[in-house]
Amino acid sequence: MNVLRMFVRFVTGSIRIVTRGNALYWTWITALLAMIAAGVVACLHQFDEGLQTTSMRDQVSWAFYIGNFTFLVGVAAAAVLLVIPAYVYQWKPIKEVAILGELLAISAISMCGLFVFVDVGSPLNLMHLVPGIGRLNLPNSLLAWDVIVLNGYLVLNFTIVTYLLFSLYRGTSPNHRIFTPLVLFSIPAAIGIHTVTAFLYNGLAARPFWNSAILAPRFIASALCSGPAVLLVLMMLLRRFTRFEITDTAIWKIAELMAYAMGFNLFLLGAEVFKEFYSNTEHVVHARYMFLGLGEHKALPPYLWTAVACSVIAFLLFLVPKTRKNPVTLVIGCVLIYAGVYIEKGMGLVIPGMTPDTLGEIYEYVPSTTEVVVSLGVFSVGFLLFTLMVKVATPIMLGEFRDIAAPKGEVAH
Amino acid sequence: MTDTTVSRRDLLCTIAGCAAAASVAGCTEPTHTDFFRSHLHELEPDEVKALLADLEQEYSAKYGKEVTVGMTEARPGVSFAYALDLSRCIGCRRCVHACVKENNLSREPEVQWIRVLEMDKEKGVDLHHANAYYDAETVPRPGHFYMPVACQHCRNAPCVKSCPVGATWQEPDGIVAIDYDWCIGCRCCMASCPYGARHFNWAEPELPAEELNPKTHYLGNRPRPKGVVEKCTWCIHRTREGLYPACVEVCPVGARKFGDLNDPASEIRYVLENKRVFVLKSELNTRPRFYYFYGV
Repeated sequence: MNVLRMFVRFVTGSIRIVTRGNALYWTWITALLAMIAAGVVACLHQFDEGLQTTSMRDQVSWAFYIGNFTFLVGVAAAAVLLVIPAYVYQWKPIKEVAILGELLAISAISMCGLFVFVDVGSPLNLMHLVPGIGRLNLPNSLLAWDVIVLNGYLVLNFTIVTYLLFSLYRGTSPNHRIFTPLVLFSIPAAIGIHTVTAFLYNGLAARPFWNSAILAPRFIASALCSGPAVLLVLMMLLRRFTRFEITDTAIWKIAELMAYAMGFNLFLLGAEVFKEFYSNTEHVVHARYMFLGLGEHKALPPYLWTAVACSVIAFLLFLVPKTRKNPVTLVIGCVLIYAGVYIEKGMGLVIPGMTPDTLGEIYEYVPSTTEVVVSLGVFSVGFLLFTLMVKVATPIMLGEFRDIAAPKGEVAH
Repeated sequence: MTDTTVSRRDLLCTIAGCAAAASVAGCTEPTHTDFFRSHLHELEPDEVKALLADLEQEYSAKYGKEVTVGMTEARPGVSFAYALDLSRCIGCRRCVHACVKENNLSREPEVQWIRVLEMDKEKGVDLHHANAYYDAETVPRPGHFYMPVACQHCRNAPCVKSCPVGATWQEPDGIVAIDYDWCIGCRCCMASCPYGARHFNWAEPELPAEELNPKTHYLGNRPRPKGVVEKCTWCIHRTREGLYPACVEVCPVGARKFGDLNDPASEIRYVLENKRVFVLKSELNTRPRFYYFYGV
């Protein structure tokens, strides 16, 4: 009962925290809410008129929404990069960061769910995915597996973070007999969600561009770049605006790991490009569309070369110790990585996979206004969630937000 | 059984507190868009009957004429297959339009289940150099041949494998069917189909009442809602009654053959036994029931 009362105080205290903030905070929140409102309006319009409001058609039947979904699964999976050193090696400087990583994972998975929701044609029928009410086509359908692992991952991360933060709030150490196995399990789970999502594409023999055995490794490698990129920027901000002590060592270490991941990612991309262009079968047409364009259809290449440039520059910035340790080039590198992977794992994955279509027709896809506005809305929901959770988690980790009945002083975690 | 379904629905409605869903889905007045019903394969015969009656009522009211919704089952021992003679096809697209009419396809935007590809004789069957947008008034153009493509009713169907909710399956007679009311519209099946055979209702299908074919089948040509996938069903409402698909009947050059593989006297058996046939994208191991051949 005591714990329950404490939990109620924890919740009310959290609400108090998120409803107080300076002008900058409220500007940010208002901007997000405005974009969410615009997204909701666009989404209702889409439900009403059908998906004809998007630029998707039979030829390109998955596009911007599913690209964003795929990218965000990668962001969610990236929490693992920070969890491994923090918990397995008991590496102190990254430990707080791992909590942020898990908060990011929760926000990213929520966005994934929303992107699937706005992409399906009959959202009300989504309950056919719910066990007991519907029918999950297991073990055959990869999307059915994805539904399971993504929801499982969401619950897992939510449990870990809530438990950890509530323990800190109570001023007690988390019970490691419960906590450690959960954290350890989240590592293969993170790899799992991105692998299953890669298999969703990979398993489609009809789409040679995706039907490549290195697709899942590429997904993991790029995820290990994009997720930490968000966190590094966040850590720099927290260091600046709160009492949060994040050592330079921690930041540099993460940047170094990202450099290796990006190097591997670029290597895998190169391997794919070699295979396509050297063997030069009819299947090269998709890679050709992506990098060179086909005839007058040239919408994608500038976008794709931007991604390649971003990734290569960021790789060099993070590889060279001097630029990795310079806060300015570090932030530039993070933004470049984020942009590079966003293009590569989003539009750069989905669109060439579907262009030309299975009967050779080229339909050049460019997202519609509805798709862009709805997607901005979904991203805003994610950022809002993340902001609110970080707003509560930060004072807890700093020991500023603690239950009245909690013992004073530093808590080991 | 009906009672338990109803109570489960009511229960779920209450749990979900679905005021919003109720207004959209008509939760309070269950019709066929009864979102809480079980999968078609789990319904009892009397539930199926009630479902069909509901649909007939709904469509008849909507289109102002009597519409029947049948559920003729596969005939035991029948195994359908299709063969198309590439040396006869002239690319006139009469099959495309007969199919649109017969199967109540949306007229605006117009959905077509058959795509006819114009190919270069010098290149052979080469999809990456095919043209689906040729002018059908001037066919056959010299130096070209024509290849109609629709659902290949694969024995090893990637679409069936990829559907997350089991909304599409292979019937005992080989027809790959879709339950439009179970489909969530995720389009996994479209991504996995190597033949571009599956089509999505990007908008509310528009079908003028006077053009509606009132004889429909639940798994076939009944009017579809928006946001679901549809495709060729080999005119399931006709072929299970012993008729030919509309495309076979309309073809002016007799390029299209359809029949029961288990019937030794059938035309399809004759084609398979006496002609050299091939299937599209055989390397994908989809094992289509749709064969192409050169008759002359």
